Amino acid sequence: MHNEYIIPTDHATAAEVFLQDEERANWHDKALWFIREKRDVATKQIPDWELLRETASQIKQNVLGNLDNYLEMFEQNALQNGIKVHWAADAAEHNQIVLNIIQQHGIQKLVKSKSMLTEECHLNDYLLENGIDVIDTDLGERVVQLAKEPPSHIVLPCIHKRKEEVGELFHIHLGTEKGASDPAYLTEAARQHLREKFLTSDLAITGVNFAIAETGGFVVCTNEGNADMGAHLAKVHIACMGIEKIIPKAENLGVFLRLLARSATGQPITTYSSHFHRPAKGQEMHLVLVDNGRSVQLGLKDFYNSLKCIRCGACINTCPVYRRSGGHSYHYAISGPIGAILAPNMDMRKNADLPFASTLCGSCTNVCPVKIDIHNQLYKWRQVLGEEGYVPATKKQSMKAMGSLLSNPTLYRIAGKSGRTMMRLLPGLANNKALNPWAKQRDMPAPPKESFRDWYLKNKKQHD
Amino acid sequence: MKIGLFIPCYVDQFYPQVAIATLQLLEKLGLDVDYPLNQTCCGQPMANSGFEKYAKGCDALFTKNFAQYDYIVSPSGSCVLHVKEHLHDDKNPAAAEHIRGRVYELCEFLTDILKVKDLEARFPHKVGFHISCHGQRGLHLSQMSELVAEDFSKPGYLLNMVKDLELIPLNRKDECCGFGGTFCVSEEAVSVKMGKDRVQDHLQHQAEYITGGDMSCLMHLEGILRRQKSPVKVVHIAEILNGSYA
Repeated sequence: MHNEYIIPTDHATAAEVFLQDEERANWHDKALWFIREKRDVATKQIPDWELLRETASQIKQNVLGNLDNYLEMFEQNALQNGIKVHWAADAAEHNQIVLNIIQQHGIQKLVKSKSMLTEECHLNDYLLENGIDVIDTDLGERVVQLAKEPPSHIVLPCIHKRKEEVGELFHIHLGTEKGASDPAYLTEAARQHLREKFLTSDLAITGVNFAIAETGGFVVCTNEGNADMGAHLAKVHIACMGIEKIIPKAENLGVFLRLLARSATGQPITTYSSHFHRPAKGQEMHLVLVDNGRSVQLGLKDFYNSLKCIRCGACINTCPVYRRSGGHSYHYAISGPIGAILAPNMDMRKNADLPFASTLCGSCTNVCPVKIDIHNQLYKWRQVLGEEGYVPATKKQSMKAMGSLLSNPTLYRIAGKSGRTMMRLLPGLANNKALNPWAKQRDMPAPPKESFRDWYLKNKKQHD
Repeated sequence: MKIGLFIPCYVDQFYPQVAIATLQLLEKLGLDVDYPLNQTCCGQPMANSGFEKYAKGCDALFTKNFAQYDYIVSPSGSCVLHVKEHLHDDKNPAAAEHIRGRVYELCEFLTDILKVKDLEARFPHKVGFHISCHGQRGLHLSQMSELVAEDFSKPGYLLNMVKDLELIPLNRKDECCGFGGTFCVSEEAVSVKMGKDRVQDHLQHQAEYITGGDMSCLMHLEGILRRQKSPVKVVHIAEILNGSYA
């Protein structure tokens, strides 16, 4: 099932389309703000919250500084546990490895719990092209899968859809009553639908939240238990992870599990935090470790610590731009502020607009449980994109001209004065909606006759 | 103690009354304030657009204009933050460093350096305070709602000294207004929507005025208020604290 969602050209254009339905935009904003507030309440119940964040950040700092050693330690322990370990340099290799395992077992259909890595690698499309049927078992992911759309949020994949729209999708695909939108009714229908898929699947793919170097085990967090149902019922379990998911010790989970769900949804802990160490009797367990640009990012002084991300989505929920533009406007597997600093490393040209989809308000940095300086990285990506020539030429030229003008006090004063005079004499021109995007929905400030400097020279200079 | 008054370019051009209020307020507090006549802009528009290199001329000019002062004070959290974080001058690195350490936003200068305890000002209105993100999350003028930390507000402390001023609560006390520099035109739709929501929060709580420490946020909110033909006005905090708002 291919994603048929057509991605508009850039974030600003897509956001404008999203905002055409203002009522929906209001609802989207409020839904996410509600989660942000739940997060605030949950964090304020932990007096040492800021210390917990700092601790998590430092644990990840150590991991990123010694990633090669930890990965080798993890592999060794996982192999000893009887897990088959695979290494993938990029998305294509990851997809090939997964397909090979599937084909070796002659499997035609499988269940998959939430994994942003497989979204990043476009695994579903690839498997479908190769005749394999993939059922996403996370409820939100199943909804967007039925709608043939990508997830719009890493934790809440269908947050952009209203219950009425879900009802319509379920009516078409699952045979629920037409017009039914009661969440309990729809959830029960999905439960029955997915139960059958779990029971008849021989293979399950899951993501990985934390991979523990000292034990060779890994932890998968879900609220629906769908990773467990898939992995326990299937003969083959494939877990896919980015190489940055490593933590050194099992005891570090005492830090990360406390941070993850509180940051994500305001829950004290995810409903299921499932620990996998070795395959059950008669079962096969595979682990695919994926680089896909991460080791390049690790080498970038200004950007490496984005690899600390534990995919909680707190920065997305708090982002005032995300809340009013929707996840699809980011045209990348990971939306919001964190997506906007990860995406340029993957493809600078395609994602050059994303670091500009921010007011640099800094709220993202403040909620981040591993203290990634997200808004500073947005600023720094802008500099890289400007240097590398990925900012539109018109913007570059106007910034160059503005820089020259503002470096010259005389020119600045002439331009200021003539600009204000022009605005006074031709207010219609300054407020022309077609020529001036400011004026489309906002009035221009009323231009005063004299600048402060003019006033100062007249009224104060004599004292100097 | 010699004070250099740094007036952002758009305040100089569009909101001279804010600059006048700042100057008068500082002088009333007994300070020797100088306004360097050749100042223009801090360079933030170019830098935030990805072109720090085109802001170098502004940096050099700023350094030349302000190197001689003990303190540089400005009625703008955003411009002050930019100078603090990004002012560099290859020809005068020491002067640039001096400025970065000595530049203050007006409110923090009043509370932290002058330690002002009372002000002669009256403003008998319901006022909503919009904290700018750069003032708050950048300069820490008030506590950020995301953190688990003790509440405080430097501008709030000062507004409490103003007679008959009623500060209204807001549903979202530190939500961004959506101005964002060039963002306000490059992402016009989102910028305006954020501004409308910010305005609505104030209207819902019966604000007669929206005040703040950054005229850029207020210019954006004012543009929306005027387009909506709202009677609600914006006023810079310097005008309230100076008691000069007419």
